[in-house]
Amino acid sequence: MHMKRMKEGEEGSDGSPSKSPPEACKKVRKMSKELEAVAATESPDGNWARLPQELLLHIFQYLPLLDRAYASQVCRGWNQAFHMPELWRCFEFELNQPASSYLKATHPDLIKQIIKRHSNHLQYVSFKVDSSMESAEAACDILSQLVNCSLKTLGLISTARPSFMEVPKSHFISALTVVFVNSKSLSSLKIDDTPVDDPSLKVLVANNSDTLKLLKMSSCPHVSPAGILCVADQCHGLRELALNYHLLSDELLLALSSEKHVHLEHLRIDVVSENPGQHFHTIKKSSWDAMVRHSPKFNLVMYFFLYEDEFGPFFNEEIPVTHLYFGRSVSKEVLGRVGLHCPRLVELVVCANGLRPLDEELIRIAKHCTQLSAIGLGECEVSCSAFVEFVKMCGRRLSQLSIMEEVLIPDHQYSLDEIHWEVSKHLGRVWFPDMMPTW
Amino acid sequence: QKALFCISHAAESAIMVVNSVHWFRKCLRLHDNPALQEALNGADTVRCVYILDPWFAGAANVGINRWRFLLEALEDLDNSLKKLNSRLFVVRGQPTEVFPRLFKEWNVTRLTFEYDPEPYGKERDGAIIKMAQEFGVEAVIRNSHTLYNLDRIIEMNNNSPPLTFKRFQTIVSRLELPRRPLPPITRQQMDKCHTQIGENHDLLYSIPSLEELGFRTEDLSPAVWRGGESEALDRLNKHLDKKVWVANLEHPRVNTCSLYASPTGLSPYLRFGCLSCRVLYYNLRELYMKLRKRCSPPLSLFGQLLWREFFYTAATNNPNFDRMEGNPICVQIPWDQNPEALAKWAEGRTGFPWIDAIMTQLRQEGWIHHLARHAVACFLTRGDLWISWESGMKVFEELLLDADWSVNAGSWMWLSCSAFFQQFFHCYCPVGFGRRTDPSGDYIRRYIPILKDYPNRYIYEPWNAPESLQKAANCVVGVDYPKPMINHAEGSRLNIERMKQVYQQLSHYRGLSLLASVPTIQEEAEPPMTDESQTSSGPGRRRPD
Repeated sequence: MHMKRMKEGEEGSDGSPSKSPPEACKKVRKMSKELEAVAATESPDGNWARLPQELLLHIFQYLPLLDRAYASQVCRGWNQAFHMPELWRCFEFELNQPASSYLKATHPDLIKQIIKRHSNHLQYVSFKVDSSMESAEAACDILSQLVNCSLKTLGLISTARPSFMEVPKSHFISALTVVFVNSKSLSSLKIDDTPVDDPSLKVLVANNSDTLKLLKMSSCPHVSPAGILCVADQCHGLRELALNYHLLSDELLLALSSEKHVHLEHLRIDVVSENPGQHFHTIKKSSWDAMVRHSPKFNLVMYFFLYEDEFGPFFNEEIPVTHLYFGRSVSKEVLGRVGLHCPRLVELVVCANGLRPLDEELIRIAKHCTQLSAIGLGECEVSCSAFVEFVKMCGRRLSQLSIMEEVLIPDHQYSLDEIHWEVSKHLGRVWFPDMMPTW
Repeated sequence: QKALFCISHAAESAIMVVNSVHWFRKCLRLHDNPALQEALNGADTVRCVYILDPWFAGAANVGINRWRFLLEALEDLDNSLKKLNSRLFVVRGQPTEVFPRLFKEWNVTRLTFEYDPEPYGKERDGAIIKMAQEFGVEAVIRNSHTLYNLDRIIEMNNNSPPLTFKRFQTIVSRLELPRRPLPPITRQQMDKCHTQIGENHDLLYSIPSLEELGFRTEDLSPAVWRGGESEALDRLNKHLDKKVWVANLEHPRVNTCSLYASPTGLSPYLRFGCLSCRVLYYNLRELYMKLRKRCSPPLSLFGQLLWREFFYTAATNNPNFDRMEGNPICVQIPWDQNPEALAKWAEGRTGFPWIDAIMTQLRQEGWIHHLARHAVACFLTRGDLWISWESGMKVFEELLLDADWSVNAGSWMWLSCSAFFQQFFHCYCPVGFGRRTDPSGDYIRRYIPILKDYPNRYIYEPWNAPESLQKAANCVVGVDYPKPMINHAEGSRLNIERMKQVYQQLSHYRGLSLLASVPTIQEEAEPPMTDESQTSSGPGRRRPD
């Protein structure tokens, strides 16, 4: 899957910004005219050294970082081009240790250069770290040095185990605070699986409340509901929010639906059980209703990782969820409630259910969830007739239908060999269940 | 002396003496062995060799069960050849050094062997063919390890191997039936090329013992899967009888019993070639047509065989098929490197009884049911530990009797959602999936005896049992049995995010749908054939409650 060089106008591995095609075309046309002019007047040898800076910049933006670095060694002019601020707006620091990852890391010398010469150019920055604490600490060290930065985007991404959680909390917080204080125009912040806490969120809010649009902080155990509420209260431009269920409160939803607040586009909630029999609080229907009234088009994405008997507080009343994922086994009864109480449902993905057929539940979902366009079933059971009925009721709106082969139980009406025909007919395209090798 | 050499099948020459050597590699059988038939055809002498490097045995990633199976298969061949007044010659060394010596010593004029479609095999054989040419030895190769000519399948798919099983089935359905299997070689055939066996045969060409290969055998329990062609054919008969008795040719139900080694299981015999895949194919076909009144069988009848064929086809032109880096069909996923965690998984010390029981059965016996494979593969890779599928593949290669290079690598890529456009949302829970597959818990008790006194309620998650119960069961978690090495809910939450990140970057998908993150492949869009139903292979299914 080596697609980097081939795709023009897409983000390179280092995150160079992509230009929209019409703009790029205009520029290229303009530049080729200039190039023609240069070619017409000069001898063939002199061209490359006298390419206009603008053209060089444009070309360099398409080059992956390593190639650009090679190009910068060719001559002084190209070296200067390499250091143009526009080329350093985006950067993705890849921090990996050979002992813990197969991936290559950003060269330490390059990191030093960037901090020295380009930290004030950086605007869109992300850190990809592997599972070693050294990598996460290295990320924090870099963050601490971004004093002259005015970042618009910051992403802290762990590609394997969340190593930011292993960094001493104070070290992490102080590094993050440097960015919060200096940036003042942060619009997008991704800090999932980090030890961010309430006080640092206050600092974030104090400096960036006008600009913050996106905040992803799933699995940040040191944040409390009050901490996130502070963000919602102050950051009225917040459009996308991702967090864990324990941070969700009626107050938070009401704050997000207040008049001053923009329309929310996307709320992602992870519901994770730490211990079996864990108790989860309920959210009032009125809070959800307020959200829908305020932001009628918002998407509510919920990922559940609970034991079967922990679903008591959920789906007893109408909830505006649009994308629902059950990462562990979910009972037939709960799926029945989903059918009744999730009228806005767009995607339903069920990892596992159990040994009893979900016929009725699926039919009910087809009937009530009129927006449903994607469904995935893993370790479940559905009789072939009920499944065909389900597909018939949903019809062509089902653009994603991912059913494990073992799910479908042949009955008097349909065998496995026949069912894919029926389903394909109703979907209007060729369809087969998902298969697993049986060797 | 310069002898005539020809690569194609040579006509009999009255003047030339034909001394054949048949080289066994896979295809350890005398039935349906076209290359062996060619060795006998018009030959004056025939010697059947197997080349083995005992020193290599220690260095190779091959466990004791696999060696034992192989040695038993060789012994079975030797016994069968004895009945035909011949013997098996096990030659110690590497092919590149062994053959020149044998060519000279035995005045070899013809070398025959079965075609090996795997990339490493093709390279090795290319060198041997060239060497044979230089010695004036005619090299005759015949295909019998796969049902079809794999290059033909690739050709019919626009010169590229099909990457979805559906597409593979579509192409296969357009091919002619596989070539009919040949009968076993006969005493009459061998008598025509009777070869004197030296008195020192057992000294020079005997089959090594496990001890000679460097294994300790004092505590070795008897083999659950006995190697060899005789055993394979015996099992084939039982396998077919069982199908008739169950009267269910297509969809074997999976229940607790399926987890245990079956006396009619055939996969290791297919891998070593003790059983011809074509013999199995035609036996199934004929049985179906007999029971269903001459109706042509659907492809689903040959599920296991076609999966094997699918992976062989995908791998044959891809020498990097067994790794992530440099493998054009493999998604580059930022797996973790964690030798400690890998060792716990490989040795069955994860603290999850379902996983540990499966890995224990694998190590002890050399075979586990395909659902068990899904469970442990998912746990190691995208489900829980986030360790590379290559590591899992190597462990299976060492321990699993039926791990063909192609099938093993391909299956691991499939199960880790690294290739073949798989959806990654369905995660096998190391507690729930086990419990649903075997509610009785007996499988756990059999392979993890220390847990045998746990009640069914807690046997899949002993760490949740109250301390009093743990003490009463004489197995305290953390002392007598390990604590669970990971929190599954948290682990799977993290991993689904990782997979989503990887796939969204790949497919440039920016939306919210989990299912839409996985790109679909163009080849799926083609409509199937109109007459025959091109459908799924027989799945395993749990017995309804």
